[in-house]
Amino acid sequence: MTYITKPKLHHPSLVKNKAGYTRRDYEGAVSTLCAGCGHDSISAAIIQACYELDILPHQVAKLSGIGCSSKAPTYFVGASHGFNTVHGRMPSVMTGANLANRDLIYMGVSGDGDSASIGLGQFAHIMRRGVNMTYIVMNNGVYGLTKGQFSATADKGSISKKGVANSDESIDLVSLAILMGASFVGRSFSGDKHQLVPLIKAAMAHGGAAFLDVISPCVAFNNHAGSTKSYEYVREHNEALNRLDFIEGREEITTQYDPGTVTTVQQHDGSLLRLRKLGEDYDPSDKIAAMKRVQEGQAAGEVVTGLLYVDPTPRDLHHHLNTVAQPLNTLGTADLCPGPAALDRINASLR
Amino acid sequence: MPQALAAVNDFVVKFANVNGSGSASANELFARSILRMGVPVSPRNIFPSNIQGLPTWYEVRVTERGWLGRRGGVDLMVAMNPQTWAQDVKEIEPGGYLFYDSTKPMPASMFRDDINIIGVPLTAITNATYTDARQRQLFKNIIYVGALSVLLNIDDNEIKRLFGEQFKGKEKLLDSNVKALNLGRDWVKQHIDPDSVKLEVRKSDNVGDRIFVEGNNAAALGAVYGGATVCAWYPITPSSSLAEAFQAHCKRLRHDKETGKARYAIVQAEDELASIGMVIGAAWNGARAFTSTSGPGISLMTEFIGLASFAEVPAVIVNVQRGGPSTGMPTRTQQSDLLSCAYASNGDTKHVLLFPEDPKECFDFTADALDLADRLQTPVFVMTDLDIGMNHRLCAPFQWDESRQLDRGKVMTAEELEAGRNFGRYLDVDGDGIPFRTYPGTHPTKGSYFTRGTTKDEYARYSEEGPVYVRNMERLQKKFDTARRIAPQPLRYPSPKPTRYGVIYFGSTSPAMAEALDHLEEGGNHVNALRVRAFPFAQSVEDFIHEHDKVFVVEQNRDGQLRSMIMNEFTLDARKLVPVLHYDGTPITARFIAADIAKKLGQLKVVPFEKAAS
Repeated sequence: MTYITKPKLHHPSLVKNKAGYTRRDYEGAVSTLCAGCGHDSISAAIIQACYELDILPHQVAKLSGIGCSSKAPTYFVGASHGFNTVHGRMPSVMTGANLANRDLIYMGVSGDGDSASIGLGQFAHIMRRGVNMTYIVMNNGVYGLTKGQFSATADKGSISKKGVANSDESIDLVSLAILMGASFVGRSFSGDKHQLVPLIKAAMAHGGAAFLDVISPCVAFNNHAGSTKSYEYVREHNEALNRLDFIEGREEITTQYDPGTVTTVQQHDGSLLRLRKLGEDYDPSDKIAAMKRVQEGQAAGEVVTGLLYVDPTPRDLHHHLNTVAQPLNTLGTADLCPGPAALDRINASLR
Repeated sequence: MPQALAAVNDFVVKFANVNGSGSASANELFARSILRMGVPVSPRNIFPSNIQGLPTWYEVRVTERGWLGRRGGVDLMVAMNPQTWAQDVKEIEPGGYLFYDSTKPMPASMFRDDINIIGVPLTAITNATYTDARQRQLFKNIIYVGALSVLLNIDDNEIKRLFGEQFKGKEKLLDSNVKALNLGRDWVKQHIDPDSVKLEVRKSDNVGDRIFVEGNNAAALGAVYGGATVCAWYPITPSSSLAEAFQAHCKRLRHDKETGKARYAIVQAEDELASIGMVIGAAWNGARAFTSTSGPGISLMTEFIGLASFAEVPAVIVNVQRGGPSTGMPTRTQQSDLLSCAYASNGDTKHVLLFPEDPKECFDFTADALDLADRLQTPVFVMTDLDIGMNHRLCAPFQWDESRQLDRGKVMTAEELEAGRNFGRYLDVDGDGIPFRTYPGTHPTKGSYFTRGTTKDEYARYSEEGPVYVRNMERLQKKFDTARRIAPQPLRYPSPKPTRYGVIYFGSTSPAMAEALDHLEEGGNHVNALRVRAFPFAQSVEDFIHEHDKVFVVEQNRDGQLRSMIMNEFTLDARKLVPVLHYDGTPITARFIAADIAKKLGQLKVVPFEKAAS
């Protein structure tokens, strides 16, 4: 029932951010997903992140594919343009959109069926091109809209609601994204807002291909005993490597940390990522180590979460293509059409 | 002695070569030198799906009258490929000429009695002069051009001028090419009776200001002039050179002089699904975008084409058609993707197609397609083919009106939204079926909407209600009717005498058709012609059919796809439409068209109009 609009009246006491918007200004239509769906928590985290980042809502472009997760863009940042593309092909549409206007903030939302099954090819290629975006997979290991079939991220041995064990290997999108050249890769859990919101903020501030794999249990079809994507399983097996505090460059740093417990990464836009260590030593700028740690966790049945890999000085597709600073969609006839005199010269060269 | 074909400025020379031997540039040099003498030529590459080793041919029609279609038959065969010798010798017209490398003696059984044999020891001449293997291979080609220039009376100064242009600033290369040319010329002058070949090129003035260019190159230039900023593509024969030409044109024409930055973005996508996806994403976001592909690519793009059509996002797709179905004949030409493009995707979908006849129209229609796609907010196909796309064709020079502006269609601006103008993304405000759109990021609070492939109401809100759905589908039909009016209109070529017979054709059939009409006319068969230039068809196409008893529909496919579309679009007696079909992968010829139509007119027991009237 996405046509049901929320009341626009806001309580006067709602706090406005630096851009002059309240948190509610970043909301979208009423969700039509099941009550308790992890995806709604992720939408809420996106809303919170956009609000805290003081983003102008209309400067966001939201793109998705097909599936439960791909409906989510309707439920956040309603003042921005959205594009529900076709199944598994959101990455190419987002790549083209990004080429047309480099100034907007691109948020891609997809699911495990959309990105790991039908869309695995496009998922890999958008990462290797370095499109400046935040790509979130709401990962529940199951097809919800078609009622409970396994997706390609379902773990081998995980039991379906109908009691069938998955016999195929699962595809780990985090490992794949790192391997394919994404310059910001994290994993989180829809039930852990404190971990998720700073990760989304950091990803949005990142100037290259940022990928977040967010385990998001499906309450209707994949939240039972035997499933490795249930709330209970993920809570029990969540192995968080770090806690992230996202600090925008202009903010005064007020949080105090004990010496030796924090790693600081400065991103290209000036924002600071402060990573609080949780137990082990982990350096998220070491790509090889990141892949090793994720694979080790996988083998041990852990859900390794946190900021897993970041290249603080990423290069994006526009850099590779050497495009002008002005968005291509604002160029007019004078910028683009060489005119009749140039054409006469071309004609002369063809005789 | 066999008879000897004699002709001035009207014959066909065919070069039989091995792919990858460097013959292509020598053969093109041959064709261009004749062009520089003011005599029109029409060359065609006949090549395999292969990089090195397989046979390849280059056919040059020398045609004073400017008949640029493929003629059929060969008057002079330059047989440089032992692999295809038998087939090549067989193809020569009686009284024609066989030019070959006579270094090694050949048994008489390898020749024919009714043709004239010209042997030049090309390998011997080459090997006596050059030691390097690659030089030997390349210069042998130039040596045969030199030999032919004497035999056919081609002005060697024109060839040298062409060398001068090609190797400007590379004097060493220039000198060595001139030397090779003269090696061939001198040998022939010393050893062969100049009168032994009665085919002659004579200076003329029939080329005028026409240009000599490949359709793919022209379409790419049209994309530059039409303001395309995003090109996403995937390599596929015969369209790859289009995207590559776009890159080359942009390099020269689209870099900011101060910063050196590019005013364009070209992405070689991972497949055709991604390339059309990128085009749609870019166009949704307000950039002009296009892709180029061929039949199999269209098959892959079909789902996205449906999305762009139903969500009303502009997209330009240049389809350089090749032989189908499936992988088909990758290096042969056909017009066999009409149906797969016109009705691409599931559900009730119809798309706009443009049919250029030559490189000039490839340029015009690609630029126009970018305007049309924006105006109509829908995919527009430019339906060219291998014959136009990958062959140099003589055509009218490109023209551009200084005052022409990119027509972005109905885009609502932030100012209009701010002033309170009503915005419904799918609201037909002008009665032409075309709604207004906004680009993402236009206004802080107004004008945002959700783009989707599902059904929606006038304000882009998701809806599966029957009446809402039907209203939208009816509006799309209305928009299609608008396309009928604003797309390029058909052109009529009336017969000098009144007739009850008509012919409809399109695209690359054009030069062969023009010549066939001359032949038919000479044979007393009067036929009015109409060239279709776009789908949806203008009303005048139906009018033309109604004006005639029988209408031949000439196409380069098996199933008569244009004929099917005409029957589908109009209410008429299908028996009126007589298919004339050529689809073996070679370009259609005037000989075929004229013979087939004459035969069918005979079967209709035609009484010439003059007799019937008297």
